[in-house]
Amino acid sequence: MNEQTPSRGAIWLAALTDNADVLRGYPPSVRVADAMLAGQPARYIAVVPDAESSYPRARTGETGLIEGWALAQSVHEAIAADREGAKRAIVAVIDVSSQAYGRREEAFGIHQALAGAAGAYAQARQQGHPVIGLIVGKAMSGAFLAHGYQASRLIALNDDGVMVHAMGKAAAARVTLRSVEDLERLAADVPPMAYDIASYATLGLLWKLVDVASAEHPLAADLEHVRGALVAALDNIKTDPAADLRSRLGGVNRQASSRVREKLRAQW
Amino acid sequence: MSALPLGLTGHDSFVELDARARVRALLDAGTFRELIDPFERMTSPWLARQGVVTQSDDGVVVAKGCIDGQPAVVLAIEGAFQGGSLGEVGGAKMAGALELAADDNRQGVPMRAVILFETGGVRLQEANLGLAAIAEIHSAIVDLRQYQPVIGVIAGSVGCFGGMSIAAGLCSYLVATREARLGLNGPQVIEQEAGIAEYDSRDRPFIWSFTGGEQRFRTGLVDAYVQDDTSDIRSAVVGLLARGRPGVERSDQYAHYLARLSSYDAGVQATPDIVRQVYNVTHTDSVNRVNSAGAGHE
Repeated sequence: MNEQTPSRGAIWLAALTDNADVLRGYPPSVRVADAMLAGQPARYIAVVPDAESSYPRARTGETGLIEGWALAQSVHEAIAADREGAKRAIVAVIDVSSQAYGRREEAFGIHQALAGAAGAYAQARQQGHPVIGLIVGKAMSGAFLAHGYQASRLIALNDDGVMVHAMGKAAAARVTLRSVEDLERLAADVPPMAYDIASYATLGLLWKLVDVASAEHPLAADLEHVRGALVAALDNIKTDPAADLRSRLGGVNRQASSRVREKLRAQW
Repeated sequence: MSALPLGLTGHDSFVELDARARVRALLDAGTFRELIDPFERMTSPWLARQGVVTQSDDGVVVAKGCIDGQPAVVLAIEGAFQGGSLGEVGGAKMAGALELAADDNRQGVPMRAVILFETGGVRLQEANLGLAAIAEIHSAIVDLRQYQPVIGVIAGSVGCFGGMSIAAGLCSYLVATREARLGLNGPQVIEQEAGIAEYDSRDRPFIWSFTGGEQRFRTGLVDAYVQDDTSDIRSAVVGLLARGRPGVERSDQYAHYLARLSSYDAGVQATPDIVRQVYNVTHTDSVNRVNSAGAGHE
């Protein structure tokens, strides 16, 4: 990814905020913009590539040490600013291809940085901020856990370039000692292993899948659809303001998650 | 506190215990009560489909009881089953128990939680269901720690990696031994992704010098560094529970960590010494210090 081709995350953040200025005080790889959603103030956050990052393993959009802590900062600052008043919506615009893999990252505790981000989003939700995750590209593994997976509602674009997974195909094939072709064959039969967003939708984790004509260069109609979905999510959160993640339970391919909880409650 | 039998060395290894025995050792004698025990055969529906042998507890033990006379739930991941990986059932056991512990607190029951991490993270055969469960575990830890400290223990020998290392990062306090490792990415994955010059997964001293329990303690990412001894680990857990909630959770200290990281020139490759200098931790308030001589095993 170079500067001439902005990432999906950058494109959607700019489009949804009508090109609002990004807030200062954040690294170039974390874009934070305040704009309206359904006539109310909202904060939009995206992780984008920064080819100039001083961390060599975090130059192509990876969520690294600085990104994790800066995400935490952007969410905590919104929580603090709204402590006494209306809690603004927080929209995580998700296009994160992976966490950063490197010596510096492990050395300084990238796990702690990503915990900073995940914890901040969870607190925002638990303290009454509507938190919406909008998946416009990849939502991979630790990067997604840090940026978006704590959302009250998850919305994904219905597009081949949209993917949620625990590990990229090539790496998963190496780790499981399979060829990429074998992995794809197996994954097609096992919904939680599948790489397509339609299979992911059968797990019950997505609140809504939104059709768009172009996920890479959204048309006015695409933008309108996505804005409509964000507003609908906001309304849905208001009617069901549970501050936890229980709205994700009940998916046809996620029945054991409910059964385990029922048994635990009965035996508690 | 229960009297624990000591081996001939005077050390009663915790690392050698399986997950269930670890939970028993942490709970007060006679208070252990397992939820969804192995006789219920709540196994992974996804492993069976893929022809992989299942385990009757799916590699996670959840038990209620008391620690130091106060109610507690202890969650343990069995490192010997599928590398301590989390699938749908094991993940839901952990998330569900933490959710109930938080509910207890909202109803006036001061339930605490201790999590024994021995895990490589998401079970790849259940990929997205493992990842989703881990997000729910994160949420539940953050919820529960509003009321009670959540304690994580990383004893070894698997260590704590992947999405569960983020769960460890959300805990109020962490206990680690010299055997323990704590990091986001497993060494082999880093080597595959970034090359052997970046990360040599077979160089054990190198790996431990960055991610081992002692380094994590000396850089402030772990709160208690103890030897592999059951009664020492239990004492550390009891001591940390007694401390109550920290003034500021480690995962909320973004300003502190961003300021420290800004003093590091990332153009220079990291060394264990540089990390210690940048994080410059003084453990004056640590409950459980073991100097390097005292931490020796044999």
